[in-house]
Amino acid sequence: MLLTSYFLAALAIALAWPTPLALSKAKWTSRAPVQAVLLWQAIALAGGLSMIGSMLVWGLSPLGDDLISALLAGWNLILGQQDAEYPGIVHLFALSTAFLFALHLVLTLARAAWRTTRQRAKHRQLLKLLSNPSETRPNTLVLEHDLPVAYCVPGIAQSVTVLSRGLLTQLSAEEQAAVIAHESSHLDQRHDLLILAFTAWHEALPWLPTSKLALEAVRQLIEMLADDKALEQVNRKTLLTAIVTVAAAAASDPAGMQQPSSTNAAQVGIPGGEVSSRRLKRLLTPEPPLRKPQRGVVLACTILLLTCPTVLLIAPRLLVW
Amino acid sequence: MASLGDLERSVMDLLWDSAEPLTANDLRDDLAALGTDAKELAVTTVLTVLARLEKKGLVIRERTTRPHRYTASSSREDHTVGLLNEALGTAQDREAVLARFIGGISADEAASLRAILDTVKSA
Repeated sequence: MLLTSYFLAALAIALAWPTPLALSKAKWTSRAPVQAVLLWQAIALAGGLSMIGSMLVWGLSPLGDDLISALLAGWNLILGQQDAEYPGIVHLFALSTAFLFALHLVLTLARAAWRTTRQRAKHRQLLKLLSNPSETRPNTLVLEHDLPVAYCVPGIAQSVTVLSRGLLTQLSAEEQAAVIAHESSHLDQRHDLLILAFTAWHEALPWLPTSKLALEAVRQLIEMLADDKALEQVNRKTLLTAIVTVAAAAASDPAGMQQPSSTNAAQVGIPGGEVSSRRLKRLLTPEPPLRKPQRGVVLACTILLLTCPTVLLIAPRLLVW
Repeated sequence: MASLGDLERSVMDLLWDSAEPLTANDLRDDLAALGTDAKELAVTTVLTVLARLEKKGLVIRERTTRPHRYTASSSREDHTVGLLNEALGTAQDREAVLARFIGGISADEAASLRAILDTVKSA
C-alpha cells in the first residue's frame, strides 16, 4: 500500500507539471489532433485520479493490505464494530484531503455545467425572439445582421446553428458549406463537453499553470478537428477564405460602426506577416498526418495512462511483486 | 391557439415596431389585426405574456399611467448586437457556451492571413 501511494504521488506530480508542459510544446499534435485530444483527456483524468488515489491509499495504508480490505476495516471502525488500530491523525488528514479534493473537483464541474446551461438557455430565448429559421437548412437560425458570423448553441436535446444574414450574403455557397461543416462537427463530436470539462479543471486548479495550458491546447485541437471535417467537403483555400472573412468581421465592431483598427490595417500591408496559430499554419502548409505506428504509440500511452492508476487503486499490492 | 413563446415573439415585434408605448389593450387589438390566430385573444393572456417579458428584462412597464403602458427595453438591433457579441467572444464569458467558427484566431492573425491569401490570389 505504501509503495503504491508513493508511486501514485509521483505519477500525479509528473502529470501535473512536466507532462502537460511537454505535450503543449510537442509538434506532432497538429498532425494527429484526434490522438492528441484523447491523450490530453487521459492526462487530466489520470492526473486527478492519482492525486486523489495517492492520498487515499496512503491514508488507508495502516488499515489493510489492499484498498477493499482497508475500506472494509475503515467502515467497521466507523461503525465501532471492530477495535482495529486507529489510523492516526496524519492518515486521517490525508483521507479527508482526498475526499475534499474529489468533492471540490465534482462540485466545480457541476457548477460550470449549471452556469453554461443557464447562459445557453438565455441565449436561446433571445434567439427565439430575434432570429428566423433558415429556409434551406434544418436546425439553423438566421440572425438579421450584416456582420458575417456563424456559431452554434450546443444543447442536450437539440443543438442549433446560427448564421447571420451577412454570412449568407458575403460568403460563397462553398464557403458557407465550409463554415457549416466546421460547426456541425463541433456539435456532432460534442466538443462543448470537452471544453466544459477542461474549463472546470482549470477553474478547480487555478494555481496549476498547466491546467490553463491544457485548456488552450484542447481549444486549438478541437478547431483543428473541425477544420479536418470541413476539409472533407471543401478545399483548403475555400476554408481559409471563409475563416479570413469571418475573423476579420469579428475583429471589427459588431455594431458595424468601426472598421478594424488602424494597427490591424497597417499589418495587412505586410505580405506574409506572422501567422502564429497552429490551426492556421497547418491549413496554409499541410502537414502529413502522423504515421500509423506513431499514432499507435500515442494511443498505447493514452490507454496506459488510464489503466495504470485505476489498476493500482484496485490492487495496490501489484507493485510489491 | 398560439403558444406563449410565439405570443412573446409577436408582442415583442409589435413593441419594437411601435414608436410609442402600448397598452395591453392596444396589443390585443394589434394581435387580432395580425390575424395569425383568428380566435379571440383575452387581454389577460396578453398581460401574462407582458409580465413574463418584463421578468426577462425585455419589456419596461410604465406604472404612472392607467392602464399601464409598455415599451421594449432596448431595440431589436441592440439585442442582436448583444447576441453577436456573445458569439464573437467579446463578452466576458470565455466558456463553452457557444461553439465559434473562428475560435482561437486573433484580429492581427486574420489580417496576416488575408495578406497571405491575397498574394496567393494575385500570383
